[in-house]
Amino acid sequence: MWSRRSSRYRPDASGLEELRGRRREQESALRKARRQQQLVSKRLLREDSLVNGDGQAGVDIAAEPLSEQELFVFRQILQLLRDVQRGTEERKTLLSRLRQGLQQKETQQKFVRLEGSMRVLIGLFTSSLANIQMEAARCLHELSHSSDPTVAEACLPATSYLLTYLSGHSVEFTELCLYTLGNLAVESDAVRKQLLPQGIIPALASCIQSPHVAVLEGLGYVLSQLLQAREAPTKIIPLVLDSVLPQHMLRLVSSNLELGMGVAVEFSWCLHYIVCSHVNNVLLISQGIVSTLVLLLLELASMMSKAVTEGLELLICPLLRCLSNLLAEDETEGCKVQIQDERLLVALFLFMQYFLQQHPFLVQECLWLLNNLTADESIFCSAVLTLDLIPALLQLLPCSRMVTLLALTVLCNIAEKGPAYCHQLHQKAVLPSLLSTLALSDGQVVGQSLELLHLLLLHLPEAADDFLSQAGLQALEQHQDNPQLQERVRALRETYFQPAAASPISRASASAAVLPSS
Amino acid sequence: MLLPPELSVSLRVERPLLPVWPRTPPRAPFCFSPSRLRFHRQHEFFEDGDIHRHLYLQDILTNVTEVTERSKVSEFCCHIVGCCQVFDTLEGYEHHYNTLHRNMCSFCKRSFPSGHLLDTHILEWHDSLFQIMAEKQNMYQCLVEGCAEKFKSSKDRKDHLVKVHLYPSDFRFDKPKKAKSSTKHSKPPSKLDVSMPMDVNVETYEQLQVDSMEICPSESMENPTQPVSGPISSLQEKKLYKSRIPSTVCFGQGASRGFKSMKKKV
Repeated sequence: MWSRRSSRYRPDASGLEELRGRRREQESALRKARRQQQLVSKRLLREDSLVNGDGQAGVDIAAEPLSEQELFVFRQILQLLRDVQRGTEERKTLLSRLRQGLQQKETQQKFVRLEGSMRVLIGLFTSSLANIQMEAARCLHELSHSSDPTVAEACLPATSYLLTYLSGHSVEFTELCLYTLGNLAVESDAVRKQLLPQGIIPALASCIQSPHVAVLEGLGYVLSQLLQAREAPTKIIPLVLDSVLPQHMLRLVSSNLELGMGVAVEFSWCLHYIVCSHVNNVLLISQGIVSTLVLLLLELASMMSKAVTEGLELLICPLLRCLSNLLAEDETEGCKVQIQDERLLVALFLFMQYFLQQHPFLVQECLWLLNNLTADESIFCSAVLTLDLIPALLQLLPCSRMVTLLALTVLCNIAEKGPAYCHQLHQKAVLPSLLSTLALSDGQVVGQSLELLHLLLLHLPEAADDFLSQAGLQALEQHQDNPQLQERVRALRETYFQPAAASPISRASASAAVLPSS
Repeated sequence: MLLPPELSVSLRVERPLLPVWPRTPPRAPFCFSPSRLRFHRQHEFFEDGDIHRHLYLQDILTNVTEVTERSKVSEFCCHIVGCCQVFDTLEGYEHHYNTLHRNMCSFCKRSFPSGHLLDTHILEWHDSLFQIMAEKQNMYQCLVEGCAEKFKSSKDRKDHLVKVHLYPSDFRFDKPKKAKSSTKHSKPPSKLDVSMPMDVNVETYEQLQVDSMEICPSESMENPTQPVSGPISSLQEKKLYKSRIPSTVCFGQGASRGFKSMKKKV
């Protein structure tokens, strides 16, 4: 799949605009689906010598309804397929024609409604005549990809066979079965209610020992579809964790990045779906997931400078998420994750630099991890300063809201560590950046800026003069009427920015408040 | 982004740790306290990345002219004696071999999709010891991988498959053994299920099978080149290997077909 992706047909300029437009539509449809918690996508493995500049990206081609004439031909095809007196070559040709017809939604719908059609197809699918079986499998695959649920569910009687064939040895055939299963698995609760008792998890657990890249990638796809199910945390993930699958996933995620990038992508998303469901992360931690992820991220960071690898963000994103969530595992569960490798810090900044322009979503994922690393461990706070990464962090402040918030939070994490840290922050010109964020309108962003200002002044009261000289007081006063912020604004003003005409008593008490409590 | 020029992941230098102030709770009205953030699967924080992932899933379309794996070779024949299939791709041949020849019972010539099903078949159909033991204890193993249940009879097992594992009641690879075991009348693998109207006509299929699949015992000793990936231990494999190759059987009333080599192939 991955290798085919990179050699995809690239349309010319006019087709490019159309492609962009379609992509925007796809994207907004996906966003809407996700907000309704109905994010479902299917994959299509299709040989199509008719693919031209339109590059139909797996979308159901709208066709005219089948005429009566065509329906008649269809029935004929089915009849001929039943008739085993016909030679295998002839039947294979008929099946190919059927398959091409089944690329269209209307045809799919009509086909599944024809009496006996699925039984014929499944019968051919279980034939021991290899090329017939393969062609029938391709037909089933087209049906599984349908956006019409009734069409996909018509494939249900085939699932026990699809699972049986996973223990076969034909790479291409097994791959096809896997993608078909993956498409069906994501279809509905009802399908999964059948797949689970039929033993899909044990079947996958055996299949994952295959050495073939194509099979492994397909397997990763099936697993990722199962793990995204709504009922996954209660019904599916416990079964997966109970099997040998996690150990193999960890192995596959980190091995063979050159050839198996597609494989690594699939299994890293699988790991993410498991970790973010918080079912039993302690088990994964005991299997060494943390060090695996750290080493893998380091390797990816060192790869980036060497070659432009398209699609690297698809792999890095879930890995970052896993690590962040694992770091946030509840201590009461018995396992507080500690990471000590500062090179991870370097890797994160290299990722942010690399992806800032093209895939900004990755920046917030990196910052999330950065927050979790700097929250408790002073080692990372110290490293950010000594590696001179503050300027880079400050450059992120004017980005999206989430990025700004997270960057400010990281700065707060660092400032909270004490005077030595605040001193360094001040030296690296945090104040001017802070002043710009104070000028923003978003209440939460300004609130976080105030927290940072408070921490800086708490540990470094002399910074107050610098703040004032840069029109800081005016920046503060902008928010004194905001109910969310006014208390904090007032506290800051009273503590650090009393006017020069203030009484000596209040001055003295102000500086007393600034001393660290013993 | 302004990164220091020498920044590299490979650099691992001991860095001085700045002294840390003891942590104190936040002073009101300030509320910040460093904490590790945790997001659950449906959190909106994941939206952008998830969308990206799904765009990737949806954008795949293979183009056969670009696929290099499916290279064509000059036509060649299946090397199993008696099988005259011709191929022009390695994948086509591989699939044919795996479907028809790889897991084939040498007693009755049935093909199975996996070594596991073949072994089960041989045990239940061709092992007389099995029949004896089955009278005393539950010997019929559930076909679903991971399920350790055993049953008294083939029918009990089928009921279990249907009820618990939601298998179709006409599952092809679970046919009860027929009373008549003579090969002339024994029916080919599950093509004869009467509930499937489009099934192969018995005679035609048997003809097809006998013509294309007959293998002489010595030939069938050929080891498939790919290792079996199942959990069969080598000892068990040896034992089963023996039972798959009856020493004296030759089908078709003694008529020899194809090349009958006298020397054993390793």
